[in-house]
Amino acid sequence: MEYTVLIFILPLLTFLALGLLGTKLKPNVSGSIGTTVLGICALLAYITAANYFSMPRVDGVRETIIPLHFEWLRFTENLKIELGILLDPISVMMLVVITTVSLMVHIYSLGYMHGERGFQRYYAFLSLFTFSMLGLVVATNIFQMYIFWELVGVSSYLLIGFYYTKPEAVAASKKAFIVTRFADLGFLLGILLLSYYTKTFSFELLTSGDSTLFSQAAGTTFMGCSVMSWAMALIFMGGAGKSAMFPLHIWLPDAMEGPTPVSALIHAATMVVAGVYLVARLFPVYYLETPEVLVLIAVVGAVTSLYAAIVACVQTDIKRVLAFSTISQIGFMMVALGVSGLEGHEGLGYMASMFHLFTHAMFKALLFLGAGAIIHAVHSNEMSHMGGLRKYLPVTHITFLVACLAISGIPPFSGFFSKDEILAATFAFSPVLGITMSFIAALTAFYMFRLYYNIFWGEESSHEHTPHEAPKSMTLPLVFLAVVTVFAGFIPFGHFVSSNGEAYTIHLNWTVAISSVIVAVIAIAAATALYKKKSPVPDRMAAALPKLHHAAYRRFYMDELYLFITKRIIFNHISRPIAWFDRHIIDGSLNGLANVTQRVAYAIRGIQSGQVQQYVYVILLSTVVIAALVLWFL
Amino acid sequence: MEIHMEYYLVVSTIMFFAGIYGFITRRNLLAILISIELILNSVDMNFVVFNRYLFPEQLEGLFFTLFAIGISACETAVAIAIIINIYRNIRNIQAKNLNQLKD
Repeated sequence: MEYTVLIFILPLLTFLALGLLGTKLKPNVSGSIGTTVLGICALLAYITAANYFSMPRVDGVRETIIPLHFEWLRFTENLKIELGILLDPISVMMLVVITTVSLMVHIYSLGYMHGERGFQRYYAFLSLFTFSMLGLVVATNIFQMYIFWELVGVSSYLLIGFYYTKPEAVAASKKAFIVTRFADLGFLLGILLLSYYTKTFSFELLTSGDSTLFSQAAGTTFMGCSVMSWAMALIFMGGAGKSAMFPLHIWLPDAMEGPTPVSALIHAATMVVAGVYLVARLFPVYYLETPEVLVLIAVVGAVTSLYAAIVACVQTDIKRVLAFSTISQIGFMMVALGVSGLEGHEGLGYMASMFHLFTHAMFKALLFLGAGAIIHAVHSNEMSHMGGLRKYLPVTHITFLVACLAISGIPPFSGFFSKDEILAATFAFSPVLGITMSFIAALTAFYMFRLYYNIFWGEESSHEHTPHEAPKSMTLPLVFLAVVTVFAGFIPFGHFVSSNGEAYTIHLNWTVAISSVIVAVIAIAAATALYKKKSPVPDRMAAALPKLHHAAYRRFYMDELYLFITKRIIFNHISRPIAWFDRHIIDGSLNGLANVTQRVAYAIRGIQSGQVQQYVYVILLSTVVIAALVLWFL
Repeated sequence: MEIHMEYYLVVSTIMFFAGIYGFITRRNLLAILISIELILNSVDMNFVVFNRYLFPEQLEGLFFTLFAIGISACETAVAIAIIINIYRNIRNIQAKNLNQLKD
């Protein structure tokens, strides 16, 4: 399967071509180059998936294949960095997800970004992102993953700041980059710790379940936790940063300043699930060596999920609602991983998490692309400028509804199946957690339908011109993704991806399934009652709990808290004294030295008169003095 | 009558310091050159005297003196040439006017 290397080399070449030729190409030429290449990549990814999954299992387990790998950097015998391609169920699944969503976004952008300044640059960055994301998922070792991890961060930064003349976009791109970089510091420390004790970067060795690898770390503790727990928790910190887990989530809502298709690709479907993918990739290590970190992951996931769901209920910017919904859904995936076991039916959570990752990527990309079509029509992100759009945007309306039903967990849409598996896994782990997650699922249904009704129903607001349906290039991806969303739930996902590579047959847990559907229907009914027609109830509810409403609207003051910590505490009390020390003590001592030298030089330069005889006189006198001293002391 | 080594050394010391005195106090470049010659000759004299009295069976001191005389002749020739050039440029050969090199 050596041809898999093409899947991610082609986008790189496209990036170089579009980036270097730049404005020499006509916009639509560069757009079609990017889209065509991505189409080829998607095709290759499908072929890879078909070939991979049709291979016979070895001892009932799906094999891990490394079709290509080479040594990239060799420092010492033990310390070398390899690059390569690793194919196993989750990486093949990610290849399919990434190329599909990316292809849809490429096609969609042909319409959405039409006539924008920097169209070629946009496509170049999209290719760069696709390349890095594909490199990330096929990484054979954790260091290669880290390299592509950073590349993904850079391309996300470039794309969020695409409208670089807009100050909010620039600020958002910086915020995203700095927050994720901060998290990646933890990731790097984790990698160093892990590889220091295990002497390897390779995923194959790390996840082989061989506990002798970790024997060196045994007994080493730091601040009451074993060093392996620290390493794995730090690695999770990197994943939490990319996946916008609480409290590192603050960059994702702001990242919505980027073009909407970018949000669909990067901040909904692919990059933000990199953290989930990382945890899944290292899952055997988490489960066998550091089960306490898995509990941490579950808790962080649940807290994030709840927090984001509550905040999403009161946001008025449609992209922000979707952003918080994404955070919440990724929380679901993290929880599922956190409660999962490794073998047999205990691996339900792992399978459910990957399944949800797959279905979520499809319907969330659909939601974002739909939101893009709406924004395209009314030129605003605010819900109050929308309403009653179902007459004008029929295709968008239907596809958006499909996605809303899917994310709410209504059968037979895909979200129902994956979310149901997650809920079943959490109930099996602990009923309290299960009930919490069911409540969050209800909130999800509520805020999604609040969004839906506010956009497509309710009172029409005045428009500058009549909104019209988006062009074919934009509706086509919507329809495609909607079809996938409808049918993806019927994929026997457990046969392809499971925690230990053995086939896993999904059984619906009927109690959980029925109760979760009932809860979702109740939530949707509540949203229908409140938002389908203009009703004073939501305003009255907000007025009844002004503090709570305001706090949720301001996202529970997380941004303010961050600003307080960074500006007030770190900048004022740590950075400023250090800056003072640098300016006055370090620079001061060097400047002082230079000043003294200069003054002394000015003072003694009169001695050099140019009169040879004077010099000789000085030489003579000093000789006499030296001679006298020598005679005196000897 | 045997002349002691110290007498020679006294004469050469007087010559040496006379040379130094002249070097420092004379204003004319030619006089300074003559003072240098005095210093050189006093040193030559020391060589010969030490050779004659301390190592009478060896000849290094004498030959070294010959070299020194030869080299001082060259040096004088160069110095005279420099002095002539200086005269052509600034129309005098006063040492106090020669301080251009400090800049």
